[in-house]
Amino acid sequence: MSDLVKNIIRFMVFILVQVYVLHKIPPLHRFVVPYLYFLYIIWLPFNIGRGWLMVISFFFGLTLDYFLGFPGLHAAPCVLIAYVRPFLVNLLIRQEGAEQSYGSPSIHSMGWAPYFLLVLVLTILHHTYLVFLEWLTLGNDFWFFIGKIGVMTAISLLLILITELLFYRKERYRTNTA
Amino acid sequence: MRNIFLFIRRYFNFLFFLALQALSLYFLFRYNRFHEAAFMGVASEITGRINERYQTVTEYFKLKKANAELVRENVDLREKLRSNYQPADTLHTIVVDSIRVDSLFKYQKYHYMDAAVVGNFLTTQNNFMTIHRGADQGVKVDMAVIGPTGVVGRVVNVSANFSTVMTMLSRQFKVDAKLKNSGERGTISWDGISPQYVQMRNVPKNVKIARGDSVLTSELSSIFPANIMVGVVDTFQNDPSSNFYTLRLKSATNFSVVQYVYVVQNSQAAEQLQLESATKKTNE
Repeated sequence: MSDLVKNIIRFMVFILVQVYVLHKIPPLHRFVVPYLYFLYIIWLPFNIGRGWLMVISFFFGLTLDYFLGFPGLHAAPCVLIAYVRPFLVNLLIRQEGAEQSYGSPSIHSMGWAPYFLLVLVLTILHHTYLVFLEWLTLGNDFWFFIGKIGVMTAISLLLILITELLFYRKERYRTNTA
Repeated sequence: MRNIFLFIRRYFNFLFFLALQALSLYFLFRYNRFHEAAFMGVASEITGRINERYQTVTEYFKLKKANAELVRENVDLREKLRSNYQPADTLHTIVVDSIRVDSLFKYQKYHYMDAAVVGNFLTTQNNFMTIHRGADQGVKVDMAVIGPTGVVGRVVNVSANFSTVMTMLSRQFKVDAKLKNSGERGTISWDGISPQYVQMRNVPKNVKIARGDSVLTSELSSIFPANIMVGVVDTFQNDPSSNFYTLRLKSATNFSVVQYVYVVQNSQAAEQLQLESATKKTNE
């Protein structure tokens, strides 16, 4: 399957899972909002230009927003993590030239620790910005801000771990031959 | 001039990032102020159709509870039938001081339309509901939406066949309400904590309140008909620094099972709004 088709299918699956599975979970507490959808942005290939990465993320976030009826709230954090991702990948990549040899960020292409760090930083960035926007527009106390980021990050990391274990992406080593 | 182009080319990614951020924040804050979403008309046609597909599956799981609510509403309405009231003393007759309904049509202020709920979220801070009835079927922005058991929300966006409703479980939703016993008024809002409870603010402390008191919509609300159930008093906080109570109400509508709602059109709303804005203008 080509990368384009794979990513288009992923786009739809991530949105549908986020809207119809994770957002349909009965609310346990106001801090508990399970987010997984932004993993799509982390999984996008290395070789997408930064401009396109941001455009795709913007539309990805906006699609979720239109499902939830509040445009702009998820689009802004998605653009932020798309902007930051290439910097982090450059910092964290293990061996020289891995961006060229492998398709996209994964445990296989980057190694456990750098990949985990990438996911952790992007998750925290995404949630902080999201809760900050919510906090700005709606106005809550400070503990809401801190507590919600903490709890949401923990849940997201757990969900991402489960997803990575269930759908282990074995990246093929790309060579010039064949 | 050349330097400007070089600058743009050098920092293209950063500038592009800022532009996209500005665009999304524009969407967000424009929505906060006017409650009208950019491109929502097109978007909600698509999301509405997908929601509808999903709803055909989940409908069955909630059917039992939804039916129970509708039956309870029917019982309430049947209780109000005139034939139910017959005193034992036949000399004592009940006189109804009104004219026949069909001659009253032109005075009807509130018109009710039924609508099926196709999408409903409870987990966010601003919860929305999609209903399968849109501009083509007579829904307009700012119409009230009520369920079989009480207040549900307000229409904020309409497309051809679908509309989005800002539910009572939204941080930006406000409605004027009153206590059924004393008639004392307050404002209903939601604090974002639990989807079962809403808050009623600005109730003076001299009012006697007991747990279980009913709260209804007041006559002052321009979009909701009066005396629609909002909830019952659950607890109330006595904040010594203020002269007002903040009541916690158990919401009358169970938002996780509501399947059918009524969209209420106030046929005199435009007239009232026009008069009020004209008055505001003369006072400025």
